[in-house]
Amino acid sequence: MRFERREQRSLALLLVTPLLAVILALALSGFLIALAGASPFEAYWNILKGAFGSRLSATETLTRSAPLILTGLAAATAFRARLWNIGAEGQFYLGAIAAAAASSQLFGDMPGLFQIPLLFIAGALAGMCLLLVPLWLRLRYSVDEVVTTLLLNFVAILFVSMLIDTVLKDPLAFGWPQSVSVSDEAMLPKLLSRSRLHLGLVVAIVLAVIIYFVQARTVFGLNSRAAGLNASAAVFAGVPLARTLVFVAMISGGFAGLAGAIEVMGVQGYVTTELSPGYGYSGIVVAMLANLNPVGVVFAAVFVATMFVGADGMSRAMDIPSYIADVTVALSLLAMLVAIFFTQYRIRR
Amino acid sequence: MTEVALEIRSVSKRFGRIVANDNISLSVGKGEIVALLGENGAGKTTLMNILFGHYVPDQGSVTVLGQELPHGSPRAAIQAGVGMVHQHFSLAPNLTVLENVMTGTQNLWSVRSETAKAREKLLALSERFGLQVSPEARLGDLSVGEQQRVEILKALYNDARILVLDEPTAVLTNIEAARMFATLKDMARQGLSLIFISHKLDEVMATADRIFVLRDGKSVAERKVGDTNKAELAELMVGRQVTRPVRDASNPGSVVFQAENISIIRDGIERLKSVGFYLREGEILGVIGVSGNGQADLAQLLSGTARRNGGTMNIFGEAVGDLSVAQTIALGIGRIPEDRNHEGAIGEMAIWENAILERLGEYSSKGFVDRKKGMAFAKRVVDEFDVRGGGPSSRTRLLSGGNMQKMILGRNLVEPKRILVAAQPARGLDEGAVAAVHERILEARRKGAAVLLISEDLDEVMALADRIQAIVGGRLSPPVQAEKTDSRQLGLMMSGEWSGVEEADAL
Repeated sequence: MRFERREQRSLALLLVTPLLAVILALALSGFLIALAGASPFEAYWNILKGAFGSRLSATETLTRSAPLILTGLAAATAFRARLWNIGAEGQFYLGAIAAAAASSQLFGDMPGLFQIPLLFIAGALAGMCLLLVPLWLRLRYSVDEVVTTLLLNFVAILFVSMLIDTVLKDPLAFGWPQSVSVSDEAMLPKLLSRSRLHLGLVVAIVLAVIIYFVQARTVFGLNSRAAGLNASAAVFAGVPLARTLVFVAMISGGFAGLAGAIEVMGVQGYVTTELSPGYGYSGIVVAMLANLNPVGVVFAAVFVATMFVGADGMSRAMDIPSYIADVTVALSLLAMLVAIFFTQYRIRR
Repeated sequence: MTEVALEIRSVSKRFGRIVANDNISLSVGKGEIVALLGENGAGKTTLMNILFGHYVPDQGSVTVLGQELPHGSPRAAIQAGVGMVHQHFSLAPNLTVLENVMTGTQNLWSVRSETAKAREKLLALSERFGLQVSPEARLGDLSVGEQQRVEILKALYNDARILVLDEPTAVLTNIEAARMFATLKDMARQGLSLIFISHKLDEVMATADRIFVLRDGKSVAERKVGDTNKAELAELMVGRQVTRPVRDASNPGSVVFQAENISIIRDGIERLKSVGFYLREGEILGVIGVSGNGQADLAQLLSGTARRNGGTMNIFGEAVGDLSVAQTIALGIGRIPEDRNHEGAIGEMAIWENAILERLGEYSSKGFVDRKKGMAFAKRVVDEFDVRGGGPSSRTRLLSGGNMQKMILGRNLVEPKRILVAAQPARGLDEGAVAAVHERILEARRKGAAVLLISEDLDEVMALADRIQAIVGGRLSPPVQAEKTDSRQLGLMMSGEWSGVEEADAL
């Protein structure tokens, strides 16, 4: 058996690939569910019911999708330029604490119309700064950013943990390590009453569409793609490599930081060390499932959120550990990587 | 003919709609050297990959020493005595010569390493065929020529009786190539059968006993070397008569570029040592030299990617500092980079994107790419420069080397240029494409461009350049007038011997 590079990649193939990958992942985790003594079909039905079966669960799934879209975009934009930002988790927390700090210390009295955008900016700036450090190390000293961004996650999360236990500690929280809250004015408006679904979802989707057009149509988009595909040819053609990567890092880190800010302002209003159930890392899965396409990120994020929310419901209904959702999501990433390979190569006997 | 060592019978192989091999038959006798001649894409490499078990043919059979090989099994091919020397070596630079040779020969489960025995065998082979290597040397420290010797020894170590060499001279200097062919002849005398793939007529005529010519996947001719000549082979290979264009008398205009005492230090090594040269309108300056003597930095100097450590540059009579890429484009300097795939084009991007990437400023407004205008430009490049194999929106990877080079030439020369830097413009191209590239360079000269042609191909420089300078170890010889020199003198200059050459009219 040999692999040969495909001459043409058809559009249909590119659209079908992620679906096949998801189906394959569901089939594989079906075996595990069967091993745990339940019917896979029933389990998946329960996941679907758990994620969309009621008004409450459906809004919860969409609420969880919002930060996943943003961290997915953070990974997708960076990966496209071959900037391996594995640090979205840290950037997420730094963005969250920046929003909480900015609201409680600086802009708390402002009306929401002005305060909310300012807090968005504060969160995005915090995320950017955390990614610009590894980028600077890479451009100046050729330090591999996979290592630096990954390790900075721990630095950032522990730093946030320190802040919410000291200077930004909520004095009214009975000693719980939890940050001061953003002001009521800064809480994002709800999309539906009696739910947690907030404006953040709209912001995330709009940004996905904007970044899609930026990548497809602008000089910056072409430059960042060139930088990712073949850096030396890009330099020969006069693409300003360092400047392009700095922009990419600002967008990527900005998205991750914004995700943190939006999560704080949309859901609970304050920061704890349990704010993110791994949104930063899941963003990488989302980006890969979407094949780095910003619009695809939206759908991939909803899929991942469905698995996570639905698995809780299934677990309650069927007495199967909800960790099966993690397994399925991880398998779908592996299946997608294999599927991407097959969009580029074909098998010859 | 003596005993048949290898027989390939009516092999066909298609990839999708492309027929790579169409009913090809070929045989090699014991102790015979057979050349497989053909242009890029004629199906030579596919055929050899079938022989070696990398590809499975759609039909046909391969017989080695009377025994038919199963399809698709490289291991069976190796055991039957087929050895392959790849164009891009399959060696590990961080291992020693001995370790590289032994790789894949030892049982994974055997506890004892048979290093001593292997070393003995390697040295015996190296003695027998005159392939001098030091078993303990780290492969990465060896020159390209020495690495190739290791690759050949590795095949011999596996008891190869039939050796296939894929474009063995593509990476060698003339002297290294001559030595290698002497070795090959010696190996044939000792009973080995050799197949070498090439598109260089000189080396085929000088080395082979028999020649098979492939064209468009078909075997078009089989000739004994005594019964044919270069002209016939060229015509068989290309399918029509191809003559490389030759320059007419030069009529140089004013000096447009002048460099003096240029030094460049890169990665701690002085790549250019106080070199000077000038370019005139309507004239080609040829810089000849074996690769790796500072050519890359010389080309970068005018391509906007070099940083000088000393010296002055004058363009159109004005002193300039280090150029940026944007400046070179704005000044009207066309640039053909040395490595098409690495620097010239981005394979995964569309042809139109590659065509406008270096002048995005012209093809965008307010930060948005003007796709329509870019496509129109790319269409002009494709039409006027006869780029075949794809339209403006095809992926660039689909183009053959020659067509990719035409695209690169086209994006530079669709609009007339005042200066053209062409680094190894015909490297690795087949005859038809070489002629096309040379014609374009001469046409640019006729239109008044000052051309800097950097090449390691003596024939190319003699055919195109008006003035010639040799580059050796980062130094440039004084220029000589092309009419007043010959290949013997240029050969001496390339080895660093240029005292007493008659200098072309100094400024």
